[in-house]
Amino acid sequence: MNTVPEDIKLTRKDFVSDQDVRWCPGCGNNAILAQMQKMLPELGVPREKIVMISGIGCSSRFPYYMNTYGVHSIHGRAPTLAMGLKCARPELQVWVITGDGDGLAIGGNHFSHALRRNVDINILLFNNQVYGLTKGQYSPTSPLGAKTQSSPDGSIENPVNTIGVAIGSEASFIARTVDVFQKHMSGVLKRAAEHRGAALVEIAQNCIIFNDGAWAHLSDPDKRLENVLYLEHGKPMRFGKKGEKGIRLNGFTPEVVEVAEVGEDQLLVHDERASEPTLAYFLSRMGPPHFPTPLGVFRAIDKPVYSELLMQQVRTAQAQRPPDLDALFRQGETWVVS
Amino acid sequence: MSSRTREELQQVTVLFCGDSGDGMQLSGTQLSTTSAVYGNDVSTLPDYPPEIRAPAGSLAGVSAFQVHFAGHKIHTPGDNPDVLVAMNPASLRVNLPRLKPGGVVISDRDMFSERNLAKADYATNPLDDPALGSTYCLHPVPISSLTLKALEAVDLKHTAKRRCKNFFALGLVYWLYARPLEQSLAWISNKFAGHPLVAEANRRALQAGYHYGETSEAFAVQWSVPRAPVEAGSYRMINGNEAMALGLVTAARLAQKALVYSSYPITPASEVLHHLSRWKHLDVRSIQAEDEIAAMGSTIGAAYGGAFAVTGTSGPGVCLKSEAINLAIMLELPLVIFNVQRGGPSTGLPTKTEQADLLQALFGRNGESPIPVLAPDSPADCFAVAIEAFRIAVRHTTPVFILSEGYLANSSEPWRIPSLHDIPTIEVQHPVEARGFQPYSRDASTLARPWLLPGTPGMEYRMGGLEKHPGSGSVSYAPQDHEAMCRLRADKVQRVAAFLPEIEVNGPEQAALLVLGWGGSYGAVATAVQRTQDKGLAVAHVHLRHLNPFPSELGEILSRYDRVLIPELNDGQLALLIRARYLVDTVSFSKLQGQPFTITEIETRIEELLS
Ligand code: SF4
Repeated sequence: MNTVPEDIKLTRKDFVSDQDVRWCPGCGNNAILAQMQKMLPELGVPREKIVMISGIGCSSRFPYYMNTYGVHSIHGRAPTLAMGLKCARPELQVWVITGDGDGLAIGGNHFSHALRRNVDINILLFNNQVYGLTKGQYSPTSPLGAKTQSSPDGSIENPVNTIGVAIGSEASFIARTVDVFQKHMSGVLKRAAEHRGAALVEIAQNCIIFNDGAWAHLSDPDKRLENVLYLEHGKPMRFGKKGEKGIRLNGFTPEVVEVAEVGEDQLLVHDERASEPTLAYFLSRMGPPHFPTPLGVFRAIDKPVYSELLMQQVRTAQAQRPPDLDALFRQGETWVVS
Repeated sequence: MSSRTREELQQVTVLFCGDSGDGMQLSGTQLSTTSAVYGNDVSTLPDYPPEIRAPAGSLAGVSAFQVHFAGHKIHTPGDNPDVLVAMNPASLRVNLPRLKPGGVVISDRDMFSERNLAKADYATNPLDDPALGSTYCLHPVPISSLTLKALEAVDLKHTAKRRCKNFFALGLVYWLYARPLEQSLAWISNKFAGHPLVAEANRRALQAGYHYGETSEAFAVQWSVPRAPVEAGSYRMINGNEAMALGLVTAARLAQKALVYSSYPITPASEVLHHLSRWKHLDVRSIQAEDEIAAMGSTIGAAYGGAFAVTGTSGPGVCLKSEAINLAIMLELPLVIFNVQRGGPSTGLPTKTEQADLLQALFGRNGESPIPVLAPDSPADCFAVAIEAFRIAVRHTTPVFILSEGYLANSSEPWRIPSLHDIPTIEVQHPVEARGFQPYSRDASTLARPWLLPGTPGMEYRMGGLEKHPGSGSVSYAPQDHEAMCRLRADKVQRVAAFLPEIEVNGPEQAALLVLGWGGSYGAVATAVQRTQDKGLAVAHVHLRHLNPFPSELGEILSRYDRVLIPELNDGQLALLIRARYLVDTVSFSKLQGQPFTITEIETRIEELLS
């Protein structure tokens, strides 16, 4: 990771571009943008080394508002551009900004393969469970029965689980946060930035126009503590107003228990570094109505990084064989005509 | 021996064919290298079945390799073979119709068992058919058993010995055309250096085949083919895919850039990925993408980062890449896309050749979407075209299309090995001066925009697939801006024409007929025109290497001829473009058989038009 010379101290303002932000007032994207602009100066990475690549959708306008390098590409394909860029320029810090439609519908293939390869990029998936830019159709994360412009009688599709897809794709870093949880988001984004390999952060984002309140059970300050399970590595899984509830494993099934009744030592202890994703998978299945929604880092493991391996192979080849193109021309059988 | 006569021929075409496992590709490449080293001009074409392992002895499993060698300059693998080496009944059935009347058939008699005959739909053994014997010069040779006999003293398993029969057949052909054995003997020693017994067996099989020709009474004539006058230099055989791979890595070296090659496996382009993934020592970074779209997307990402970026595919892959190609056009990034064309539509004919993606390359995207298009004219020419494509891409900051063909990709010819020092470098500039910088400003002569790289301090900017303001590149939906940008993108591609060499007209400057060709038909067209010119016909030939933009003087040249014949392996796509652009009443000569033109086909068409 590049460090900024002592005399250059970046601030939030350095990351604000000259473009007027055109998201709807009250859209969760605004909060995410603000957090990114606040968090990036803390990384100590020079601004010119940061690249934002997005696809299509409301979330994908993001790069225009960041005063870094940026590409607003085509629908679903941002991870592919990011991979190519990373292979050409491994020293750059590359962020992919995507949404539930961009990343899980049209771009589902690339999403999964970028995570599997463990290209050293950070993917932020803004999940608002709806298509905003095309004006309100259901998305791959909309719940069964969701009434939208294109599903007036209720969606007949089973939603996909973002974290589950990431686990299935063998992602090395998986996290979730909420648009309005400023401090939490900042911490998670920072962890993602510092992770070696592909990092996925699902951000529960409110689309105030087409799907207002989809994440209200998390964002509503009154219900928050009841409904959120903050994941902390090495800590027992407790939630509730006073941390009075916990998660215990009953056979192969997690269950919610009263800590006072069972004792803290009965609770599951979070281990984001577990080599097998079993625990992360249990967590990915949790949510309303029977469980709290886990937030934080589900998984953070060390795995070979595609972009590093590629450059390693290049360097090894260069060390073993001189870069002699003329020799390559002469490969195989040659003859001379005089 | 004394009864033998020796005759000289100017050119010969040999077709080796057999079951996929019979090693016919190897026999073919050996004959071509030996002939090239001897001093003939050579051109070859393999013909593989699309199935990886078709049932043994089946018609679907026939694999063939055609070698054309001559005492003069040649441009094609030959029309109809003079000699057919058929290792089993199926290969005889498939390829006999192509043999010239009176041609020589050498067949492995041992393989014409009842079972094998049935697999090839023969009710009776064709080798015993008197009609066949009177049309062709038939040589049923017990190749399998003679090979086994020759290898009696070699301590190898029966099956390993049988595998040497391709060298027996090769040896026999070597005798027939008085070819020296040294090249193949050296190749065997080198190839099987770790397996001395296998090397010994193949050596003996080759020699046994040769001696069989020498001693058997059946072969009354031995032919020779004289050396061809060839430009001095070092040579090797090369096919279009390897030439393409070498051209791409050379282009990157000429600019001191990393080469990023991102591609999804597809016939007939995959070989380029295989080559490039072995050349990491030249800073080649190869990516096997998850799909065609990802291959295109990562190519854009790599070009944005400043690498020489290229993706290769075939027609179906281009369909998938189209949206991303348009992003590259919108971002105005230098990169190269090559399409090794195969028969379409859809999956079509994966292993067969066609030129039917011309209009796709020019127009197969949404909106006004101009892109330069080049096409190589021979296997070795893929090398030069790959370099030129990058020159254009960098000079005009644009993606560039190369239309190769399955035929060029797989066929081989001698390549005069260049020296890197003799090829002009490719100048690349990246702006670093922030003051007054505009991402979409223009170079006055090329209309290129600056190739600014992420990582450059103080010049952070954003761009995307949305329409832009000319100059600043900021998003703009203003009507005048859209029109201005569309025209700029089009003009920029047209500017490429100003940098093209003048068209060469081969033949009279004015005449009754001009033959206008493009791509891999070059060899057949050039030879056919030459032949008809030799017969005194007033015909000229122009070959187009640049399909977009056309060279500036093309319209004027076309106007000097009464008629313009356009032979192409599609349903008249270039003809359509020429008519639309120049109002010339073209005569389209279209062929859609998955096979290249033969010289005779074009020769006949020229003669018909001029009679
Ligand atoms: S439509 Fe929804 S997601 Fe899009 S900007 Fe408006 S509030 Fe945000």
